[in-house]
Order: sequence, then C-alpha cells, then structure tokens
Amino acid sequence: MTQQSDVLILGGGPAGLSCARALRALGVDNVVLLERERALGGIPRHCGHHGFGLREFGRVYSGPDYAKRLIDEAAAIDLRPRMTVLKLEPAGVVRATGPNGPEDFQAKAVVLAFGARETPRSARLITGSRPFGVMNTGALQQFVYLHGRCPVQRPVVIGSELVAFSTLLTLRHAGIKPLAIVEENARITTREPGSWIARIGFGVPVLTGTRLLRIIGRETVTGIEIDRGFGPEEMECDGVILTGKFRPETALVAPSHIEIDPGTRGPAIDAYFRCSDHRYFATGNLLRGIETAGQCWREGRAVAQMVAAGLENRLPLREPDVRVTLRGPLAYVYPQRIYRDAPTTNPLLFKARVSRAVRGRLSVIVDGSVVWSRRISALPERRIAWCLPSLDAKACQQISVELDAA
Amino acid sequence: MREFIADSKVVIIGGGVVGCAIFRRLAMAGLAPLLVEAAADILDGASKGNSALLHTGFDAPEGSVELSCMQAGYREYLAIKDRLNLPLVESGALVVAWDEEQHAKLPAMVEKAHRNGVRDVAQIGRDELRRREPSLSPRALGALYVPGEHIIDPWSAPLAYAHQGLAHGGRILRRCRVTGGDFDGTRWVLETTRGPIAAGAVVNAAGNYGDLVEAINRPSPFTITPRKGQFVVFDKPAAGLLHAILLPVPTERTKGIVACRTAFGNLLVGPTAEDQQDRGRAEVDHATLESLIAKGIEMIPDLARHSVNAIYAGLRPATQFKDYQIALDRERRWITIGGIRSTGLTAALGIAQMVARDFAEAFGGLRDAEPIWTPVPNLAEDRARPYLTEAGGDVVCHCELVTRREIEAALQGPLPAGDLGGLKRRTRCMMGRCQGFYCSAEVVALSEGRLAS
Ligand SMILES: Cc1cc2nc3c(=O)[nH]c(=O)nc-3n(C[C@H](O)[C@H](O)[C@H](O)COP(=O)(O)OP(=O)(O)OC[C@H]3O[C@@H](n4cnc5c(N)ncnc54)[C@H](O)[C@@H]3O)c2cc1C
Ligand SMILES: Cc1cc2nc3c(=O)[nH]c(=O)nc-3n(C[C@H](O)[C@H](O)[C@H](O)COP(=O)(O)OP(=O)(O)OC[C@H]3O[C@@H](n4cnc5c(N)ncnc54)[C@H](O)[C@@H]3O)c2cc1C
Repeated sequence: MTQQSDVLILGGGPAGLSCARALRALGVDNVVLLERERALGGIPRHCGHHGFGLREFGRVYSGPDYAKRLIDEAAAIDLRPRMTVLKLEPAGVVRATGPNGPEDFQAKAVVLAFGARETPRSARLITGSRPFGVMNTGALQQFVYLHGRCPVQRPVVIGSELVAFSTLLTLRHAGIKPLAIVEENARITTREPGSWIARIGFGVPVLTGTRLLRIIGRETVTGIEIDRGFGPEEMECDGVILTGKFRPETALVAPSHIEIDPGTRGPAIDAYFRCSDHRYFATGNLLRGIETAGQCWREGRAVAQMVAAGLENRLPLREPDVRVTLRGPLAYVYPQRIYRDAPTTNPLLFKARVSRAVRGRLSVIVDGSVVWSRRISALPERRIAWCLPSLDAKACQQISVELDAA
Repeated sequence: MREFIADSKVVIIGGGVVGCAIFRRLAMAGLAPLLVEAAADILDGASKGNSALLHTGFDAPEGSVELSCMQAGYREYLAIKDRLNLPLVESGALVVAWDEEQHAKLPAMVEKAHRNGVRDVAQIGRDELRRREPSLSPRALGALYVPGEHIIDPWSAPLAYAHQGLAHGGRILRRCRVTGGDFDGTRWVLETTRGPIAAGAVVNAAGNYGDLVEAINRPSPFTITPRKGQFVVFDKPAAGLLHAILLPVPTERTKGIVACRTAFGNLLVGPTAEDQQDRGRAEVDHATLESLIAKGIEMIPDLARHSVNAIYAGLRPATQFKDYQIALDRERRWITIGGIRSTGLTAALGIAQMVARDFAEAFGGLRDAEPIWTPVPNLAEDRARPYLTEAGGDVVCHCELVTRREIEAALQGPLPAGDLGGLKRRTRCMMGRCQGFYCSAEVVALSEGRLAS
C-alpha cells in the first residue's frame, strides 16, 4: 500500500526540519518526513560544540541542542526516523524501508534534503596502506559525542576548512591534542585568524604548503609521510582525520531520473528549487556541499514557500526557458535553469563559487548584453551570492555568468 | 611428554580461499581437520583482494594443473552455490581488441579456448559488441565472447566453505602462526604462536608465505615474489555502464586491466601487476589509482561522470613458475599447495578435490558423508537482502544497507568476525561510498569487545 501525502520531505537535518516547520506555518500540514537515522537532526546531532542558531534563533546553541530545537519546532509534522529512503521514482513515488520492512510513499511534492558529507580517503586516492584510524570529521564526532570514545590519541588533521576547527573542538572535548593541521595550500582555507586560533587557542601547529604523501600502518595508523617542500618526511601518529572536501549526498539522486549538475554535483534546480522532475525539490547541503547550518535552515524555509506555491499551482508547469552557461574560473552557479518571467522569485537570487582564488569581474550576460556586473575577489571555499532584477519576459534567449580574471 | 594445544589427523596451514576449500573437503571426508591461520581472521591474505571472477579457463595454459583445477572448481561451484546460498552473476566476458594487433590475436584465442574445452567461446564483430555494450568506447574493434565467465562474492564463498568444514567436525584456530615444525617419522609437531600442535599430516596453503612454510619440510623449490594488484571501485550507478566482464587481450607480461561489475553492484577497474618483496603489505598509490581511472574512462567514456567508492590492493602469491606448485611428500606426510597466483578463487574447490584424492591414495582414511549444508547470508545485490524483508529494515550502514541484525549475526556463530576487516567482509558494512562517515562509530560500538578469534 502506498502512503499518500501532499509533501514528502526526505532527510531530517536542518534543511528538512526547517522546511517541515515552515510548511506547517504556511498551512500545509499533510506532510511526512523520512529520516534514516534513529534520531532526527542531521549533522548537528553529533556536533557537540557550540556555534549553531545565532542567525535563526538569536542565540548560540550546541549542535545537539540546536537539533532538539529544530525537532521541537517541526513536531506537528509526521516525523519518521529509522526510515531509509531507497529509491526516487517519477510521479513522486518514493520507496523506503524501516523497522517494519519496505514501505512506499507518494506525494504531490517531494523535498530532497539528504545533506552532504566529506570525501573519504578512498575517493581522495591517497597513497599508502589502509589501516583503521583514517576517518572523516563526521565519523570522529559520532565516536566522541554519540559513543563517548575517541578512536585516536595522537591524530593529524588534514585540511583547514572551517570544519577542521570542528575537529579541533571535538578532539579537545575528548581531551586530545592533535599533532598538527596539515594544509596543502600556502594559506589556510578558513578566514584568518584561523591559524592563529589553532596555534594559540589549541596549541596545534598549522603546516601550510604541506602535502600528505602516504599513510603508514598495518592494522592501525602508525604514521604518515608528508612533504613540506623539502622532500618526504615521516611523522608518527595514530590517526588521520580527513576534513572537508564536502560533496552532496546524491546516492539516490544519481541513479534516479533526476538531473545532476556536474558543477555543484547536486541536483540541477530552477529558481523555485525544483529539480528536472518538477515534483522534486532540493534544499540544504544537497544542493552543492557545505554551508552553515543556518544557511541550510534558511534554504529549508525558502523551499517550503516554493512547495506551497506549487501546491497552489502558482509555479510554471513548462520546462525552464533557459539554462545558465558559465565561462571563466567558476566551479558552479545555481539555479542552473531559469524562467523568463519569474513571478515568485523576483528578484532572482544566484549563488556561485569560484574554482580557484581569483580577482576579477563577474558578469551576468543576457542575450549578449551585460545586465549585472561586479568586481570580486573570491576564494573557492566562499559563497558568492547576488540578486538580479527580474528578467525581461520577452527577451532572454541566452543567459551566461562570466568571470574575467583581472 | 609435551602438551599439545591440538592434535589432529591433518593440519592445514593458511585460511585463504584455498585453505578453506581444502578444509571443507577434508572435513566432509571425515578427517576432522584443523585449519590454522596467522591473522585475526580468515581471508586476510591474497584472498582479501581479488577481482572476484569465476573463470572458465578458456585462456589458461593448456594441459596445466591450473587449468584442470580451475575447471573442476568452476563445476563444483556451480553445483553447490545454491545449497550454500552463494551468488552467481552470469555476466559473461568480452575480451576486447582495441587495435589491429590485438584483433589479429582473437582467432587463435578462440581455438585455444576450444582446445581447453570451453566450446561456447566465439569471436564477435564491432556491431554486436556495440549492441551488447553500448557504453563501450567506439574504438573497440571486436571481441571474443566468453559466456561462461561469471562474477561471484569473493568472501562469502570461502566463508561458506569454512562453515561447512566446521559443521563437518573441522576446527579453526585464528591468530595462530606456524613458526616451525618437526617430523618424527610418523607425525608432525608444529610450533605455533599459540603452542605446539600434533599433526598426522600437514597441508601447506600459506599463500604469500608458502615458500617460508615449505622450508619447514624441505628447502623450498619455489620462491614467492608477491605480485600486487591495485583496484579502483566505482559507486553503484556506474555498474549500469557494463554488462559483461571486459577482459584485455593478454600480453606476454600480464593478464592486464579488467573492468567489471561486482556482485555487490559496483564497478571495478584493475588489477595492476607490480612485483614486490613485502608479503603482507598491499599499499595503494595515487598515481597508479589515477592511471586506473584513466584506463577505465578510456574503455568506458561515461565512467568519467562516476565517483570512486573504494580503493584496494591484493597480493598474488606468484613464483618463478607459471603453474601451481602442488606436491605430496608421502614419506614425510606433507602436502604443498603453493603459488596459487591469480586463479585461486575459481580453482580452490578443484584443488581441494585433488588434495582429497591424493590424500586418500597416500594415507587412506577418507569416507563419504552426507553433506551438511551451511548457507551463508546473501550480500549480492541481485538477490533479496535483509533490509528489504519484513522487520529487517533497521539499517546501520546506510551506503551498503546493512542491518543491525546482519552485523549481530556476523559477531556470533561458529566463526564470528575476528576483526573489523572480517566484519566488513561478512556484512559489507563501512565498504560503501562514505567509507564509514555515517556508520563507523556505530559499527565499532556494536562490535566492541566482541571481535574474538
Ligand atoms: C563536522 C561538521 C561540523 C559542522 N559544524 C558546524 C558549525 O559549527 N556551525 C554551523 O553552522 N554548521 C556546521 N556544520 C554544517 C551544518 O551542520 C550543515 O550544513 C547542516 O547540518 C546541513 O543541513 P542539511 O539538512 O542540508 O543536511 P544534514 O544535516 O546532513 O542532514 C541530512 C539528513 O538526511 C538524512 N538522509 C540522507 N540520506 C537519507 C536517506 N536515503 N533516507 C533517509 N534519510 C536520509 C541524513 O541521515 C541526515 O539526517 C558542520 C558540518 C559538519 C559535517
Ligand atoms: C589482484 C588479484 C586479482 C585476482 N583475481 C582473481 C579472480 O578474478 N579470480 C580468481 O579465481 N582468482 C583471482 N585471484 C587469485 C586468488 O585471489 C588467489 O589465487 C587466492 O586468493 C590464493 O589463495 P591462498 O589461499 O592460496 O592464499 P591466501 O589467501 O594468501 O591464504 C594464505 C593464508 O595463510 C596464512 N599464513 C601464512 N603463513 C602462515 C603461517 N606460518 N601460519 C599460519 N597461517 C599462515 C596467511 O595469513 C593467509 O591468510 C586474484 C588475486 C589477486 C591478488
């Protein structure tokens, strides 16, 4: 028997929960949310440290408290933990399994909020043996905050995105000081004074311009080989925490009929957060990899508005009119698909990232003329966002986003 | 009198796929064998990382021991797989010719295959190749079609053999390394890290350590030089790109790079062939992995859109000889099964038949018993898995959809997982695209203090 609802939300992290709450506030209450973990809350569930909620709730929470608040606010919705979604099909049909075995769902609108995860050792193609003790921050946090144990005592932290500081906090909670932060670029990825905080606040040296060459150890990690620019050196350690390099969790989207954008690696969307199949919407980190929880929370709220508009037949039913093309060192821009007349999305909000550190001019060009332009100085790990006044309904055969490096 | 930790009619040294198959066969023959394995769990050596192909022997050296063991092993696998609940992905293989030189070799390969008794091998043209494998690069000129080459589960098979051996009265000791031994004219006393073991006969199935173990009985006539093979495993959506196993036209030096699906629903590309001295450490390296990915994309251009799930390497127990090194020393009651290099997964059951025959002839004492079947849990993607059954949906490992109950089961029973690697091989937990981001803490907590061997 297929369970019907108006809206099905898949994934119970900040984006999915915020969408659930916002739908309720908009008067849409026939909503079911499926989450595969035993507890709702997504990533913040195991971010035991503080740093959540300021933008959305005006106060700072720890991850688990923040998750609790999100769950409380969505409580009126039919929240179903321990339900693993298995398959996304056309016509809003979703197959899942849970403690009572397989269950099928169908909804007028399905919101994908599967989140993102860090790239593991395998996909980074790191040289060496494959012992226990090599893990991502997400796994480390679950060890420490959910199971009260730390599987490593003298680890090295690889990468210096913001999440590396989450790693430092997690290790500190377990009473452990990592040996170093290793960053292959010449500068750290997090905004300065990040390395100062690492050194002074945590007493952890930051080795920039340093490459991880190899992982050593048979059953558990016994060391790594690094290169600081003077050839290989060995460093003893018992763990390697691989941080960052987030990627959308598209395990179910990739094999489905829904289109994926090679730039964001998430589903390609229109300005209403709709995927190539209009029944499906996408939100949160699934769209493109990591942003803060607060940002994902806002995206959850925004998608709820679009879903509600869709249920009232206020969104266009035809295919989007134009596809955004990119030129220059841009990793991605979304939305990828645009309607000329955009009733619910005036003005049009674009988000993008560059593919390398770059200074230059970013422009939006519609049918050969520049409609918007700005000088930027950007880093790959920082979001760029801008609004475009609504497009001219009759024109717009082509729209491209171009970045000319200065 | 010395105290023995065990006293057995026959002791098998090495719990790889070959040792497990011999263990099963001798146990079924009523010998109550003892298998000793140095590692924390079985399948920690060469048998840990292979391509998981069940070969027909179409291209094996004519008249070799290897060929006859492979074909006997192949037949027995097909005969017992259903009773042991083992999978068979009937993919067939295509030996693809990418240039004129390779193309010219195909007719001779067909003839050889027919001489080897694999009579359904035939050459196919470009058009049929395109029809069979639409994702293949159009550069392919033609191929040999080998319908009988199949894909199996490389760990569940030997695990099932071990279980059946246990059910028939065999015993397995793990974390038990044989370090020496003496033959007193009637029996062996093996020195091990757990204590001395008395043995009426010994089978050396020590894989990459085969020559070192052989030296306990005699100067080893063969020397092992491990030949490493690295692999890249792509995420499940990539499996849709291929139907058959893609085999290269072999050169003199190596069998070359294979691309195929796995029983678990992934797509793998590998292995390389790299000689090394270290017998226990199979490292992967960045440049080689990148070249494997490039090679995969060259064969299947759409692979470029797919992501890597896992990387691994295995060590083939290669000797200076091409053929298996199999011998029976009747006087000193020692059987050598060495150099089972690159076809042992297929040949293991056949090798075991041969060992049983030789053993019966030399020492007697074997009898026929009604088989006790010990089906293992299914891990293959093409058949029902527990997460899809009623009340089975308590998923712990989200990528590979492994349920709590499956993990619990692997921690219990007559041969519980000996370490995390063994748990992974028994359930596939932590082996998917996230490599433990979501589930490793939970799995480690579930198995804490219970990984006994
Ligand atoms: C280690 C780490 C530390 C962080 N620290 C901070 C911080 O200090 N401050 C901050 O603002 N942000 C932080 N972030 C970022 C923030 O937590 C995330 O951006 C936010 O959680 C994303 O929300 P989301 O809902 O998009 O995804 P997630 O929180 O990842 O939620 C996705 C949910 O979908 C579920 N799901 C996935 N697949 C399925 C399926 N097939 N079936 C059912 N359910 C499924 C998952 O189980 C998960 O619960 C951190 C992130 C990480 C990884
Ligand atoms: C890259 C690669 C690809 C392959 N692809 C295929 C394929 O597609 N199809 C196929 O049929 N075959 C394939 N093979 C071949 C197959 O994997 C091997 O032939 C087979 O695993 C050999 O098994 P074994 O039992 O002889 O050795 P092992 O698996 O190495 O077992 C020997 C065991 O003995 C133990 N041991 C060693 N010394 C001692 C001691 N002193 N005391 C106690 N225990 C000891 C070791 O710990 C080890 O577990 C491949 C192999 C590799 C490496």
